[in-house]
Amino acid sequence: GKMADEVEQQQTTNTVEEPLDLIRLSLDERIYVKMRNDRELRGRLHAYDQHLNMILGDVEETVTTVEIDEETYEEIYKSTKRNIPMLFVRGDGVVLVAPPLRVG
Amino acid sequence: MSDTFGSLVGKDVVVELKNDLSICGTLHSVDQYLNIKLTDISVTDPEKYPHMLSVKNCFIRGSVVRYVQLPADEVDTQLLQDAARKEAMQQKQ
Repeated sequence: GKMADEVEQQQTTNTVEEPLDLIRLSLDERIYVKMRNDRELRGRLHAYDQHLNMILGDVEETVTTVEIDEETYEEIYKSTKRNIPMLFVRGDGVVLVAPPLRVG
Repeated sequence: MSDTFGSLVGKDVVVELKNDLSICGTLHSVDQYLNIKLTDISVTDPEKYPHMLSVKNCFIRGSVVRYVQLPADEVDTQLLQDAARKEAMQQKQ
């Protein structure tokens, strides 16, 4: 009947209905995560929850800083990278989740 | 998520806090808020931050955690992914 169909849709849906479903599609895929404090992560998504807590594997973290030259006042952008094999990320630091950015 | 951490009790982890302090220790327990208790701790990174030399154990409020570095070989990624799919389904109800 109609009610049973609706319940089944909710329990076993393969369709994308809400934003978190988009993240579900990225499980076991590499993703890009923009975080607060000018940090970015690239890694393989192994787990997530409704808070956007995540577990990523094979992660590269990029931290970007800006230095101001005392004399020229020019902005010098520097980035520091590090690699972490397996990382839990707390959701309250996450700003954006996307497929990996591809340059060029 | 706290189930995942539960399976890692007894393993060594590195907790990175939002104030940039990194603490290495053995995972003693985790709760529903992802508060963490570590034993036998040491401050990783150049020890420029509080030398907590006399501190053996600590309780870390979940909300101050930025990352937890986990031992990759203690983690079953297939299991994690299946659990995440299941949890996502349950959340929708």
